[in-house]
Amino acid sequence: MNPLQSLGHITLNILSDIGKIFLFTISVISNTFRAPFYIKEVFTQFLNIGYFSLPVVGLTTIFTGGALTLQIYSGGARFNAEAVVPQIVAIGMVRELGPVLVGLMIAARVTSSIAAEIATMKVTEQLDALKTLSTDPIKYLVVPRVLAGIVTVPVLVGIGNTIGILGGYLVATKTLGFNWASYLQSTVDFLEMSDIISSLVKGSVFGGIATLMGCYFGINSGRGARGVGNATKSSVETAAILILATNFLLTGVFF
Amino acid sequence: MIELVDVHKSFINTKVLAGVNFKLSKGESLAIIGGSGTGKSVLLKCILGLIRQDSGIIKIEGIESKNQDKNTFYDKLGMLFQGGALFDSLTVWENISFRLLRGKTKITKLAAKEIAIDKLRMVGLSAQVANHYPSELSGGMLKRVSLARAISGNPKVIFFDEPTTGLDPIMAGVINQLIRKIVDEMGVTAITITHDIISTRVISDSVAMLHEGTIKWRGKTSEIDKSENPFVEQFINGRPEGPISQT
Repeated sequence: MNPLQSLGHITLNILSDIGKIFLFTISVISNTFRAPFYIKEVFTQFLNIGYFSLPVVGLTTIFTGGALTLQIYSGGARFNAEAVVPQIVAIGMVRELGPVLVGLMIAARVTSSIAAEIATMKVTEQLDALKTLSTDPIKYLVVPRVLAGIVTVPVLVGIGNTIGILGGYLVATKTLGFNWASYLQSTVDFLEMSDIISSLVKGSVFGGIATLMGCYFGINSGRGARGVGNATKSSVETAAILILATNFLLTGVFF
Repeated sequence: MIELVDVHKSFINTKVLAGVNFKLSKGESLAIIGGSGTGKSVLLKCILGLIRQDSGIIKIEGIESKNQDKNTFYDKLGMLFQGGALFDSLTVWENISFRLLRGKTKITKLAAKEIAIDKLRMVGLSAQVANHYPSELSGGMLKRVSLARAISGNPKVIFFDEPTTGLDPIMAGVINQLIRKIVDEMGVTAITITHDIISTRVISDSVAMLHEGTIKWRGKTSEIDKSENPFVEQFINGRPEGPISQT
């Protein structure tokens, strides 16, 4: 195959995948509003995707908040602007780092887990078993996970933002000599409601992308252990790229 | 009860089913035998509606399966998968009563568990197994639980995909007898996909030999040893030489 043929082949594959993901998304949306509704499954996924992701989100954001504070302090010191640390940490965490980091951590933790679980179910004929038991796998497996992603990830982003700012606050007040009251006051004064709303909207979109990609690649996985492995890898790669690309687009829309 | 007319199915450039025809009357137990890769599982998935055939007609109870409401269609059917296909995250009783708990007719958890335990007894397992998870069961127990799930909705047709694969000869014998007992007691129509001749003799009333996507022979199970069909003769005697080539 010559390079031009390869390029054409790759382009066709990418376009075909985009089309399939689009149709899958439409199918998930239409099934979300049609009975039966598996409420218990939705709450189970709230726990799996939301609650059990709290430790990883907390640890990621607290260290990032701390590191961000050190970087901004050190950079700001070059032109005597150390005082802007609280404002930059707050805006950096809430507008960008919080949602993106949480989104990527969810892609790593949840997307991979969903893809591997559903792909294994496919390989072991559990998806076929669901169908023969009059249960639509999209309704039973996909809709609860995607709903849980859309609802719980913004909550995780809110918590992540708060913990990240707290990490910055601890570093600033304990090691850089900032006054605790003025640090908090600067943070609160500087942040606007639109910053928080945009952060939560990003979280919701990223949660939807992460869970949708896990489900899509799981349901469309190949056979055997290799099929499960490939589905898991592709789901995380695609979710991470889509999260970063969507973040760019949403940032352009919001600001 | 079940009728297939000229069913074809291909995957990319490979023709798997090349015009399958057969009729199965109510209460009859048919074994579809054939070597690996002859299209047995694809045929089963086409009948079950898990794969759409390229052409041909599949009728269950006189109605084309593609024209039936999916839920009504699957309510009539039970399926024993080769590997059991039990849901790992659910207990044994939750697996068995999966359809009951999520179906149109709502029943309480307690009633569903009672029914599950009753089905467990039908397949020779005690009520103690009900609260176990599938990962805690042996291969034979998994098959039996899967069989209990297949009959949980009192189906009219049951499909068995390689019911004895992976089991020791004694456990395979137990499963064969159980299937025969259940088919007789419930009066269901059954289709078994197998390459196990011992299993075929116990489970089925009639046999269809599938090779290269078509039925090469159809007859009563009692006639299988007298058959002069070269495909059947080679298959039941396990001879490497003959019209069935293993590549």
